[in-house]
Amino acid sequence: MRVNFTVNGRPQEADDVWEGESLLYVLRERLGLPGSKNACEQGECGSCTVRLDGVPVCSCLVAAGQVEGREVVTVEGLADYAKERSCGTSLQDAQHWSAQGQDSQTGEGTELAPIQQAFIDAGAVQCGFCTPGLLVAADEMLERHPDPSDADIREALSGNLCRCTGYEKIMDAVRLAAARQSEGV
Amino acid sequence: MDFLRPASWEEALAAKAEHPTAVPIAGGTDVMVEINFDHRRPEYLLDLTRIGELYEWEIGEETVRLGASVPYTRIMEDLRPELPGLALASHTVASPQIRNRGGVGGNLGTASPAGDAHPALLAAGAEVEAESVRGSRLIPIDDFYTGVKRNALAPDELIRAVHIKKADGPQQYSKVGTRNAMVIAVCAFGLALHPSSRTVRTGIGSAAPTPVRAKTAEEFLNAALDEGGFWDNGKIITPSVAKRFADLCAAACNPIDDVRGTASYRRHAVGVMARRTLMWTWESYRGTAARTEGVA
Ligand SMILES: Cc1cc2nc3c(=O)[nH]c(=O)nc-3n(C[C@H](O)[C@H](O)[C@H](O)COP(=O)(O)OP(=O)(O)OC[C@H]3O[C@@H](n4cnc5c(N)ncnc54)[C@H](O)[C@@H]3O)c2cc1C
Ligand code: FES
Ligand code: FES
Repeated sequence: MRVNFTVNGRPQEADDVWEGESLLYVLRERLGLPGSKNACEQGECGSCTVRLDGVPVCSCLVAAGQVEGREVVTVEGLADYAKERSCGTSLQDAQHWSAQGQDSQTGEGTELAPIQQAFIDAGAVQCGFCTPGLLVAADEMLERHPDPSDADIREALSGNLCRCTGYEKIMDAVRLAAARQSEGV
Repeated sequence: MDFLRPASWEEALAAKAEHPTAVPIAGGTDVMVEINFDHRRPEYLLDLTRIGELYEWEIGEETVRLGASVPYTRIMEDLRPELPGLALASHTVASPQIRNRGGVGGNLGTASPAGDAHPALLAAGAEVEAESVRGSRLIPIDDFYTGVKRNALAPDELIRAVHIKKADGPQQYSKVGTRNAMVIAVCAFGLALHPSSRTVRTGIGSAAPTPVRAKTAEEFLNAALDEGGFWDNGKIITPSVAKRFADLCAAACNPIDDVRGTASYRRHAVGVMARRTLMWTWESYRGTAARTEGVA
């Protein structure tokens, strides 16, 4: 079957999609967006987290056919998405923005989203496999809770597993991003 | 495989009538795991995510009519006053990502003994609104679970909504697992005080082939509370009464040994949760207007 939907602000068409295929598979194998990771395919690890109509979900558990006509944001589009949001665009509009230039497809060469920069600065990335999912989940949490408590952060990231960092640096990174966001840096 | 995408409830019912083996898919948090792991290759997937009504709820005089696909996140955030037990249970499900997609309709569809909605629904009192092209019926929650991962739906039926009694007193939900997030219950316990009918209802998860109520325990407690005038005098429940209630709840279990826990541990833990949830809810009942109004 054919699936039409929007990814990172651009209309996409995936062809020859098998009816039982997941959104994660379509993103990685058909649209060349390997940012979302596949670690468990059963919703346990969160490394495949994307936003579907603004809501964080495990893309491995969304059937491809369910995204027909919907809007998906992956880690590749996070920088543009965050930029759009910080330019004072309403949330509604931010969810319907349209990406600029080629780079937003692969994510290469674009500026980083504040949450991405904070992960680097705080040393929250080791092997990096969990990172894309954590970035999408953390960015969405900061949208809802600009001044999160540690409990808010832990709750928001409780669906994302990391086997390397021990989570402390990830906590640091999210606190750093929140602090920078509130200072308008 | 065919992917059916009905745009309306009527279309969905017609599709289910035409293809009774079609597997409905809502949040997909059970269905997609089975497909990803090749445990299931349905001939038809019936996508329910385009049907707006399934994501809505109505708060009535006595019940909340909860659309089958309302995600757990909405129940936690928007329905806590009316459905405190179900809101607590919802918060123990998996993770934010799963709670954003999964809902009570899917939990009922799967009818796993470990499903977290079930003990809360049993304790609160609920009816499942099932519909087919033949018509609509309300299935009492006590009759809904018919076996391990089996339910009372006919092949052509879909769940439209669940009608859940609005809380008329404190409710609690307790779950044993190895950590807070992403845990399938080793066992779970829901309890609701119903001061307006002066009854207590329970629900036990993961400790029998289906979710069950501890009916003998409820009958014992209802009689003991009545005899001692507890609903009026608001006294602390006598430890011997609480103990007997806990023992009868443990006795209502018919658990198995599995990787998550042994049968005897489950029975023990259900007793502990029964006593604790009774104490917690009774403490808050003693402090509420419901009782003082009753006395005055
Ligand atoms: C990582 C992970 C952790 C989990 N943890 C928990 C947990 O802690 N507690 C818990 O209870 N569950 C848990 N689950 C299971 C699952 O999330 C729940 O059972 C959820 O409620 C399913 O809802 P859904 O909308 O995603 O269902 P789906 O997967 O879409 O459907 C589930 C079943 O219900 C049927 N169905 C769905 N909607 C209808 C309808 N309207 N009418 C008739 N049949 C219907 C489907 O055909 C299918 O058989 C977990 C799942 C995952 C992947
Ligand atoms: S790959 Fe989707 S949650 Fe692990
Ligand atoms: S950095 Fe390796 S899994 Fe998190």
